[in-house]
Amino acid sequence: MAVTVPKTQPPPPVREKDDGWHLSSPLVLTVTLLLLLLAQAPIRRALSAPVMQSWTTVFVAVVVQALPFLVLGVLLSAAVAVFVPASVFARALPARPAAAVPVAGLAGAVVPGCECASVPVAGALMRRGVTPAAALAFLLAAPAINPIVLTATAVAFPGQPEMVLARFVASLAVACAMGWLWQRLGRADWLRPPTRPAYEGQGRGAAFWGSVRHDVMHAGGFLVIGAMAAATLKAVVPEPWLRAAADNPVVAVLALAVLAVLLSICSEADAFVAASLTQFSPTARLAFLVVGPMVDLKLFAMQAGTFGRGFALRFAPATFAVAVGVSALTGAVLL
Amino acid sequence: MNRHAQAAVLCLLGASLVHAGATELSLRYVKSGLRPLLLLAGVVLVAAAVATVWYERRSPASGHHHEPRVSWLLLLPVLALVLIAPPALGSYSAMRAGTSLQEPPAYPPLPAGDPVRLGLADYAARAAYDQGRSLRDREVRITGFVALDRAGDAYLVRIALNCCAADGRPVKVGLTGGVPPVLQPDTWLEVTGTYTPRRTRDPVNAGPIPFIEVTAAKPVTAPSDPYDESWNN
Repeated sequence: MAVTVPKTQPPPPVREKDDGWHLSSPLVLTVTLLLLLLAQAPIRRALSAPVMQSWTTVFVAVVVQALPFLVLGVLLSAAVAVFVPASVFARALPARPAAAVPVAGLAGAVVPGCECASVPVAGALMRRGVTPAAALAFLLAAPAINPIVLTATAVAFPGQPEMVLARFVASLAVACAMGWLWQRLGRADWLRPPTRPAYEGQGRGAAFWGSVRHDVMHAGGFLVIGAMAAATLKAVVPEPWLRAAADNPVVAVLALAVLAVLLSICSEADAFVAASLTQFSPTARLAFLVVGPMVDLKLFAMQAGTFGRGFALRFAPATFAVAVGVSALTGAVLL
Repeated sequence: MNRHAQAAVLCLLGASLVHAGATELSLRYVKSGLRPLLLLAGVVLVAAAVATVWYERRSPASGHHHEPRVSWLLLLPVLALVLIAPPALGSYSAMRAGTSLQEPPAYPPLPAGDPVRLGLADYAARAAYDQGRSLRDREVRITGFVALDRAGDAYLVRIALNCCAADGRPVKVGLTGGVPPVLQPDTWLEVTGTYTPRRTRDPVNAGPIPFIEVTAAKPVTAPSDPYDESWNN
């Protein structure tokens, strides 16, 4: 199929000031696309080995699957940023941050979608003055406890309603714990306030579409990195390793938690994968379901892009540890 | 990356999503239920591209606000979709993963027809968990692609999918009896046969793999939706 390069006007003579390259990016884009079009046949040949084909398929699948939800999240976030006055959140959430955390976590239950949608929305909430601890609780809870995900879990584990309950309880507990932890220990300078042009002084339309463009370009680029990592692991890690890990109860929980991070499966689908990991204990599978929507490669890349690398490097490992601990505890009580 | 390049990338990304969603291309990667969302997301992205160019014309960005270079990576999925269009998951992935057959809650009586057309996973579940009770004395017809294990034994496989190819899990049925002598991996076959009590364990995850006694096998074209999405219905 032919690639049609959209008609872009030649850029206005804006001098790129400080960064050193003087090529205009539309020119680079056009030349790159033409070269790749010419090199199509050798590229296809290079990718025809089964392992490369499977890599490309999974890579495309993760991106294609995540993009609609990313777009949904970006639209919601733009709407929050432009059309919802900050006072609405001030009124809806309790003034004390400690009380706002569980409320924001529970609010995640009503936003349908997966983790790709919740990153931009959480970013928009922070910019609208919601206390970071509450926005983070929302970020962690929303992809795990919304009705779509819980229904999928119930379908994947027929006759085991305790798995749905355990997932809900454990995910909400981790989200609140992380919110409170951030409130006690978090420092504002770890969070990079997203650099973006101020929307004041623009029309609402310009502000709305500016926010959409900005968020897609940022989160989208990192989504691609995450998808590449997930595809690599899916194509390279042999499944017999998992079998060896399943035999030891402690190793099993850790192994599935790590697997959830590496596979980066959408939270709407992860229950089915967990259900197929029959050789593992229910607690290990619960850890897979709790960790997956909160920490994974794709999500880490997107968080680093939205909130800054310093934040993601501290937040993701802490979330991982709390999620594994809470899953083990919940599993011991409920499963 | 300046605003115009961003608009171009957004437009390309949106157009390739619309292209994938409007054709059967997307069925190689994601569940069919996602198609309307893909179209919608594609249209929104193209609209964002148009809006970017439109507002840039009315008031060119005064501050030199450039998006990070990581945004260029968004071209990769576009190129992969448009230039390469990788095939659906096939025998390579199927043989690396263990069979994900699950015990169904009930076994409704077979529909009418002789041979009766069954989903591959449906046959496998009845054969593996119900000792083929509901399959006795009936000829069944199942469709899947061929995968060969290291020893060269042939399996008929369908990959079950819930969301996207990243969560695809194979369901395998062993072929025995009148198996065609030469089988190419990844060819789609329509197999007619009967229940056999023979079964084996998947070397990857020790899951059950039932067999089918083949009476006839003919190559067919790959279905437009190569995955088994029965979980979604």
